[in-house]
Amino acid sequence: MDSTTKAPASAATKPAPRALRGYRADDPGTQPAYLYPPYASTQKRAPHEALVRLPWSLSEVTGPLFGFERIRANDFDLTKQHDGAPIGERIVVSGRVLDANGKPVPHALVEIWQANAAGRYPHPVDQHDAPTDPNFTGAGRTLTDAEGRYRFVTIRPGEYPWRNHPNAWRPAHIHFSLFGPAFATRLVTQMYFPGDPLLEFDPMYMSIPDEKARKRLVSAFDWETTIPETALGYRFDVVLRGRDETPMENDLVLPR
Amino acid sequence: MSPAPHADDRHAMRQPTTSSQTVGPYLHIGLTWLNTANLIANVAGVRSILVAGRIVDGDGAPVSDAAIEIWQADASGKYAHPEDARDLPGTAGFAGFGRCPTDADGRYAFTTLKPGRVPAPGGGWQAPHINVTIFMRGMLRQLNTRIYFGDEAAANADDPVLTSVPPARRATLVAVAGANAGDYRFDIVLQGKGETVFFAV
Repeated sequence: MDSTTKAPASAATKPAPRALRGYRADDPGTQPAYLYPPYASTQKRAPHEALVRLPWSLSEVTGPLFGFERIRANDFDLTKQHDGAPIGERIVVSGRVLDANGKPVPHALVEIWQANAAGRYPHPVDQHDAPTDPNFTGAGRTLTDAEGRYRFVTIRPGEYPWRNHPNAWRPAHIHFSLFGPAFATRLVTQMYFPGDPLLEFDPMYMSIPDEKARKRLVSAFDWETTIPETALGYRFDVVLRGRDETPMENDLVLPR
Repeated sequence: MSPAPHADDRHAMRQPTTSSQTVGPYLHIGLTWLNTANLIANVAGVRSILVAGRIVDGDGAPVSDAAIEIWQADASGKYAHPEDARDLPGTAGFAGFGRCPTDADGRYAFTTLKPGRVPAPGGGWQAPHINVTIFMRGMLRQLNTRIYFGDEAAANADDPVLTSVPPARRATLVAVAGANAGDYRFDIVLQGKGETVFFAV
């Protein structure tokens, strides 16, 4: 249907047709279901009803934008947020934020958080018997540059036990939260480390149906960003949803 | 790198989106710095509203470890975003973004302004609404919903999204006006009886 020929409903606004493109759906198998029983906490929190599909409107193709004014100079370097150096192995975590059309996403806010080298979070809920580190909070944030690049300096997080099932351990991971250009591009995920033997036993990681999609959450060791005698480099690219490039089927008419 | 160029080069650079994972129980460590429960702290001369409520799970138990984010237009229906290119002045100091964690009783609250009507797909207008994203432990990907307003009956009756929802479930999307002017209550039921309508965006 060519919806661009539809007459706008509100005559008072003297509407002019304006194309509005949505975002392509995620590829099949790339996203976990809400209910994944091996991850016990999903069982009482997953909706039972099917999601209702929203039509594309300004509400979904706009979204919060952030500037540099709230980002402090040491927010990208989690090893320099306190008086001393944190315990653990220093690492560089960097990559690009792209959209599904392969275009870089500039000025995207990237927030990260992680456990310390002993696998402990400075959080009241974490009572795991491992030391906290007064020199490590485990939170960072940055904006991507014009080419979608971001970079953090941190320490390698430790694995830690959790109570999902007997002898459950989380693989080492860093939480990532990303804002792309729109409400529809918001993404929270976790980055893992290559060669971690816990991955195939982790219900969060295994909740992603497609094996190739799971593996894309595993960062790659990277000589290029490794700093000699200082820090190993890990590369982790993130792909947010991309704009639909076939507007014929999705164009909408907006009153102006 | 991408696979070899496809015959249709529009698709040559396509790549699958990154998979979502839960925020987990320690979300506060990374997200608290941007908490914004008052969206109008830097806005002069607007009427404030308070939108508050509670999140409960399938047992009716409060969800004490969620983060709610909201995104909304200003009182004229204008989003502070270049994609909303309509010739409207916008509201100085109003970014339209809020983030609030839930407390031990599952409660959240936002002080904001009431959004105006936003254009609807295909013409016409949507009823005033706030776009909501919910994150929590036990949720492998975010949930999205909308907050409509109980004192906007005429606009709500016209809204293409609300009217696309089965009538019996529409009330779950409508915040109830409280005794005090400008107070709205919007509870979120994750699962089961009275389950809130969640959207695929």
